[in-house]
Amino acid sequence: MSLDKTDVEKIALLACLAIDDADIPDYARDLTNIFNLVEQLNNVDTSNISPMAHPLDAHQRLRPDVITETNQREIFQSIAPKTEEGVYLVPQVIE
Amino acid sequence: MHHKSLSELSLSLHNGEFSSVELTQHYLDRIKTYNGKLNAYITVSEDSALAQAQAADLQLQKNTAGKLTGIPLAHKDIFCTQGILTSCGSKMLDNFISPYNATVVEKINAAGMVTLGKTNMDEFAMGSSNETSFYGAVKNPWDNNRVPGGSSGGSAATIAARLAPIATGTDTGGSIRQPASLCNLTGLKPTYGRISRYGMIAFASSLDQAGPIANSAEDAALLLNEMAGFDERDSTSVDRDVPDYTATLNDSLAGLKIGLPTEFFDEGLDPNIAATIETAIKAYESLGATIKEITLPNTGLAVPTYYVVAPAECSSNLSRMDGVRFGHRCDDPKDLLDLYQRSRGEGFGEEVKRRIMIGTYALSAGYYDAYYLKAQQCRRLISDDFQQAFKDIDVIMGPTAPTTAFKLGDKTDDPVAMYLADIYTISTNLAGLPGMSIPAGFVDGLPVGLQLIGNYFDEAKLLNIAHRYQQMTDWHQQMPAAYK
Repeated sequence: MSLDKTDVEKIALLACLAIDDADIPDYARDLTNIFNLVEQLNNVDTSNISPMAHPLDAHQRLRPDVITETNQREIFQSIAPKTEEGVYLVPQVIE
Repeated sequence: MHHKSLSELSLSLHNGEFSSVELTQHYLDRIKTYNGKLNAYITVSEDSALAQAQAADLQLQKNTAGKLTGIPLAHKDIFCTQGILTSCGSKMLDNFISPYNATVVEKINAAGMVTLGKTNMDEFAMGSSNETSFYGAVKNPWDNNRVPGGSSGGSAATIAARLAPIATGTDTGGSIRQPASLCNLTGLKPTYGRISRYGMIAFASSLDQAGPIANSAEDAALLLNEMAGFDERDSTSVDRDVPDYTATLNDSLAGLKIGLPTEFFDEGLDPNIAATIETAIKAYESLGATIKEITLPNTGLAVPTYYVVAPAECSSNLSRMDGVRFGHRCDDPKDLLDLYQRSRGEGFGEEVKRRIMIGTYALSAGYYDAYYLKAQQCRRLISDDFQQAFKDIDVIMGPTAPTTAFKLGDKTDDPVAMYLADIYTISTNLAGLPGMSIPAGFVDGLPVGLQLIGNYFDEAKLLNIAHRYQQMTDWHQQMPAAYK
């Protein structure tokens, strides 16, 4: 397979990554090379093979529905780029 | 002081031969002397280290100290350390003073150990040479023109140059074992789930596992004793008793069945490394082990499988780095999308962006079955190979890396060539098995690592196998001349 400029721009948009136009050819080449490596997997017959999501096939644990964590908003917000009155600030979303 | 093992340091501290403050100061002085050249530490936490050392000395005086109380260590900068910069090697987290401790850090603090600082690493642990760090490349103490391996390259260089007695690392595709191999160290990646991942910044959550990087198997066993154990805050932590990993170090290896996978000795392996590994395996025969050739037929699928699974998980995990709640935020965003895109575009380096994009594409609508599902099926085949092999043998041995330490810059322009540096280590992560690298000799003055792979929760056996070899060889005691 071969990825072109349009593909890279679409992937970058999905990934929420601003990339420089000048770097697009390098990304297109590197991603193409990596996907060509990955395409070896197409030669493997995996019909009837169950996918392996977890090495030990563990199950999600359940716990009693009780509050265990305390509110630490001030500590967490002390490292935030921009906050006001306990909320995180971002550019206006709704006009 | 820096030539002593952890047990020897513990004895000296308990005997009052020197204090933890003196020992800590000795390492801080060594860091001041050598870190400029190696770039192994991102942060040296001198003040808090000395405070921890004073507290340790009080415990030692009161006879309430444990085995590792007062012994310094370094943490890979992927572990959250409260009040100390936790950058993960990225500009994105260059301002991230963690508000909490990782479970590993909590446990090690509770054992009374002293944190000297945070070690350099490939950005978000994505790399095999420590060249993708925002803070610059780390140099290999054995040859400053060469890489220390990655992603735990800073921890490896730190231990090789004796800038700490022991360090933590993490291993997603070989990031403990490959740098241990390239720097003449003992590195252990335990079974997936053995050590809590809470507060260890996530790269690929189904593969990530923490472990010790040490000068010997005995040292590694002592630190693993503190690191291992169930943690309810990690949803994939395994609730299983932790043995004393030092208790079985001296067990006899008579009757041990070693499997050598033919796929690990193919044409991609440097012939001099192959010869070194064969010599090490002969030593095991003299300890009473028997050798059997085995086959892991799907080994060739490991790298392509990994480069779907790991990027897919990383693209999901790194979506939390959005410039809103912590980390880098771009200047003057014009709207929310611009805030996300530019904060991430500026905060992440090239390799991280590349992997996020691979993962995003592999998980995008219409491609999930072709890539992620297919890779998870291949992962099952790789894992089944190991289980088939372990029916007849106790441990698998082979090289850790296909080459010795390569020159800085040699592979930076070719991501695929870099990925192949992990060809012998990746399958272990995909299967979730424990793996180790131990020093086995030198080729042209550069260290060679022997890899040991065990079945699930065989950490004690691997440490025993490593320790017995280290009792009859002195490879692990060799250190780079410039740092003696």
